[in-house]
Amino acid sequence: MTDTVGIVIVSHSADIAKGTADMVRQMVGSEVKVAFCGGNPDGGLGTSVPLIIDAINDAWSPKGVAVLVDLGGAETNSEMAVEMLEPARRDLVVVCNAPIVEGAVMAATEAAGGSSLAQVKAVAEELSAD
Amino acid sequence: MSVQPETFKSLVKAAAERVIASAPELTSLDQAIGDGDHGTNMKRGCEAVLGKLDVISAQPLDEALKMIGKTLVMTVGGASGPLYGSFFLAAGEALSHDKHLPDDLADVFGSAVNAVSARGRSQVGEKTMLDVLVPVLETLKMAAGQPDLIARVRATATEAVERTAPMQATKGRASFLGARSVGHVDPGARSSCVLVQAVCAGLEARP
Repeated sequence: MTDTVGIVIVSHSADIAKGTADMVRQMVGSEVKVAFCGGNPDGGLGTSVPLIIDAINDAWSPKGVAVLVDLGGAETNSEMAVEMLEPARRDLVVVCNAPIVEGAVMAATEAAGGSSLAQVKAVAEELSAD
Repeated sequence: MSVQPETFKSLVKAAAERVIASAPELTSLDQAIGDGDHGTNMKRGCEAVLGKLDVISAQPLDEALKMIGKTLVMTVGGASGPLYGSFFLAAGEALSHDKHLPDDLADVFGSAVNAVSARGRSQVGEKTMLDVLVPVLETLKMAAGQPDLIARVRATATEAVERTAPMQATKGRASFLGARSVGHVDPGARSSCVLVQAVCAGLEARP
């Protein structure tokens, strides 16, 4: 199997993260590695750096990982998580500026075709362009 | 002169306890203009720091500050985790590179403030914790070595928090409210003030 870019979904809500991952899997099946996390370290609404690090490592691919986030803290925590990865992985993870559900589905669809990390990110971020 | 381990430990303990005690106020401020979790998030992070305080305070000062930063990053659960985490990580990093306390306090604090600004891609005047941290940094620079430094820092922090009320938020969740964020003190600015005041109080209380 050819490597494809992995997708990570980070929401403040575990339900939204899981639901988004379900939608992605329906689109791309098992061609793309998808991992998700939601909730703060106590399980309430929020995000958790250790859980994001785990999700990135779960979705790891030599082609890299695209992270889709919902609101501010999810983005800040995801950027922090990327910096805390082992050095060889840091440069192969991007946090996309895109709506979480649409972005994840578009990114995964693009990834399934074997696109590069930069292409996957660009397709997701087209959704945020005016 | 350097910072004694027991002084450091008591300052961290006092600051963490003060933030935990302020959690209801921080949450209520955040409910007005954010998502209402700043108090519980900061409380979780500070409790984690207190839980590791013996290990943390046994480290050299630079490593101890980095450990506090990493603990906050891993446990806070909101944007304030990486923001405060970056503050302490950068302060520790500055001390690892030829900076010393108390002589280089303004430099070290400056590195920490810059890290917060970079992490949040934010500047002063945007109704964030930087609206307390940057004025405090200015006072640390201007009043360095003065006998009334601590009193001036305390006054600066208190005044700076109040000045966030008329600001309109352009960063963070409060920015969603636009003009409706005006009239409320920023919760991150308040938690920064709580930390600064607690450390100052601890320093004043030293024999």
